[in-house]
Amino acid sequence: MTEATSAGPHLFTMGDRALVVEYGRTLNAAVNARVRACAEYLLAHPLPGVTDVVPAYAALTVHFDPRLVGADQRSVNPMETMREALTRVLAKAPETPKYKANTVEIPVCYGGEFGEDLEDVAQRCNLTADDVVKRHAKPLYEVYMLGFVPGFAYLGGLDRSIATPRRDTPRKRIPAGSVAIGGEQTGVYPFETPGGWNLIGRTPLTLFRIDAEPPVLMQPGDRVRFVPIARARFDRLRNGPDKALDGVPPSEPER
Amino acid sequence: MNVVVERPGLLTTLQDLGRSGRQHLGVPVNGAMDEVSHRMANWLVGNDDGEATLEMTLAGPTLVFGADAVIAVCGAGMSAKVDGEVLPQWRPVRVPARARLAFGRARWGSRAYLAVAAGFDVPAVMQSRSTALLGGYGGFRGRALRKGDVLDLRSPDEAHTVRWIGLLSRTHRGLAYPSWSVSRARLPRPQTLQTIRVLQGRHWQAFPVAVRDQLIQGEYRVLPDSDRMGFRLEGQALEARRGNDVLSEGVVMGAVQVPPGGQPIVLMADRQTAGGYPVIAVVASIDLPLMAQLAPGDRLHFELITLEQSYVELAARERKLGMIREALWARLR
Repeated sequence: MTEATSAGPHLFTMGDRALVVEYGRTLNAAVNARVRACAEYLLAHPLPGVTDVVPAYAALTVHFDPRLVGADQRSVNPMETMREALTRVLAKAPETPKYKANTVEIPVCYGGEFGEDLEDVAQRCNLTADDVVKRHAKPLYEVYMLGFVPGFAYLGGLDRSIATPRRDTPRKRIPAGSVAIGGEQTGVYPFETPGGWNLIGRTPLTLFRIDAEPPVLMQPGDRVRFVPIARARFDRLRNGPDKALDGVPPSEPER
Repeated sequence: MNVVVERPGLLTTLQDLGRSGRQHLGVPVNGAMDEVSHRMANWLVGNDDGEATLEMTLAGPTLVFGADAVIAVCGAGMSAKVDGEVLPQWRPVRVPARARLAFGRARWGSRAYLAVAAGFDVPAVMQSRSTALLGGYGGFRGRALRKGDVLDLRSPDEAHTVRWIGLLSRTHRGLAYPSWSVSRARLPRPQTLQTIRVLQGRHWQAFPVAVRDQLIQGEYRVLPDSDRMGFRLEGQALEARRGNDVLSEGVVMGAVQVPPGGQPIVLMADRQTAGGYPVIAVVASIDLPLMAQLAPGDRLHFELITLEQSYVELAARERKLGMIREALWARLR
C-alpha cells in the first residue's frame, strides 16, 4: 500500500488488480460528488485494461486486468502503468458530475406486515409510528453509491431523530422491496436477502430489472423521496403494469 | 441437442469469465471461481475461454446427453464416470447419445468444470452467461441446476465434427478421446496445508505490525459456511482495527477482510461490489484458482509477496497457458 505524496486524491493499491482513489475519509456530499464526477469521466474515457470503475462514498475503485496492461512484457509493472495513467486522466476530470440527476419517487406502504419494526423504531426514538413515517418521508435523499446487492442504493439524508441501531440478530430473509433503517442509513432491499436493518415498510416497485438499461431504478447522484401509500394502492401498483424504471405516476399522499 | 439433469449435485451453476463493466451499478461480477480450470476446459473442446461451463461443487451432478457431444472436465477430481467407465479428465472426450455422465464427491479440490464443444445455449444477461445466484439471473434461469432440468446445447458445425473424428483416436466402450491430455502436473493443485500468496491490502498500514504478523504467521481453516461469495476462515482471531469502521468502497476478489470478530473473510466470485470491512491483504491473482479449490476443513496459511513477484508469476502462468492453448488449437481448430 502506498500513498501519493502530492496533494489531491490518495491512491492505494488493492491487490494486483485494483487501485483505490481516495478523496476523503468521511461521508460528505461534496467529496461524494467529486468521486462520482471522476467515475463518470473514467467511464466516458476508458483506459486500456480497466474493467470496472466503482464510485463509493469517498473513494473510487478502479479494477483492471493486469494481463491487458502490459503484464506479458516482463519489465513492465501494470500497477505503475495504471497509477500513472490514472493520475494523468483524473487531473482532467471535472469537480462535479455532468450526470443530470433524476428525482425518483418511491411509494411505500409503511407499517403493518410490511414494516414489522416500525413500532419498535418509534419506541426507541420516543416518537409515534406516524411521526417516524412523516420524518422518513420528508427529506429529499441523495444516492451516494450503489452496492450490497444489484440496485441497492446507499442514501444520504436520514433524519437523525429516527436513526436506529441495526437489530442484534439479523433476519435470514428480508422480502424484496423492504424499506429499512440501519443506524443513520436508510435504504430499500431490491432482492430477498438476509439483513440486519429495521423494517419500516415496503415498496411495490422493482428496483433492479435485467432487461432495462440501466438495470437500476436509482443511480448515484439521483434524489429520492419516499411517498407514503395505503395498502390498496400498494396492491394496485404491485399487480398493475410494472412502473419500475418508467417513473411513478404522480402520487397523492394517502396517509 | 440437450442435456438432462438426473441429479443436480450439491451446487451446479453455469459460469463464464464474469459480468464486468457494471459494478458501478452494483451488479456483481460472478463468474467461474477457478478461472484456469474453466478456461482450460473450454480450450480442450475448441471453445473460446469466454464460453459458459458448468461449475460443479464438492459433489457433482448426473447428466444424460441427448446426442453425441464432445466434452472436457477440468478442476477438482470428482470420479466422473460415463455409463460406469472412468471419464478421463483434462482432455476432450466424445460421449455417445444417451450416455449417462455421473460425478461423485470431490476427492481433491472442490470445483470441477464441464465444457461442451460449441457451448451451452443459454441467453446472455448483461453480456454474460454467469449465474447470479443472489439476483436470480444469468446462467440457467438464474439458479443452480435442479433435477429434471433440460439444458440446450449449441450444435458444433460440421467441419468441426469431422476434425474430431480424426482426432479422437482412442475409443473405449463408446467413449472416444485422444491419447494425450493436459498434464495436471503443470497446473497447481491444492496441498494439505496450502500456501496462499497475498499482497498488502488497502488497509495494511492501518493495522498494527503485530496484527499483520499474526495474519502471515497464523494458520487458518476453511469453515463450512464458505461459499461462492466468500470463504470464512477460522484461526487465531486478528485484533480488529480500532476506531470506526471504514466507509464502504469497491472491493476485489481475493480481498481478505477483517470483520469485528477478527476471523478473516476472503471475498470470492459472488462478492458484493462494495464492502465496509478493512482489507488487510489481497490474494495474489496467481493463487485465486488455488483458493477456489479449497474445501471446508482445508488448512491454509498466507505468504506475503510483492506486486513485482505477483506480476512475474502471473505473466509466467499466462505464457504457459498460452502455449497450451496454441498447441490445442493447432489440433482442434
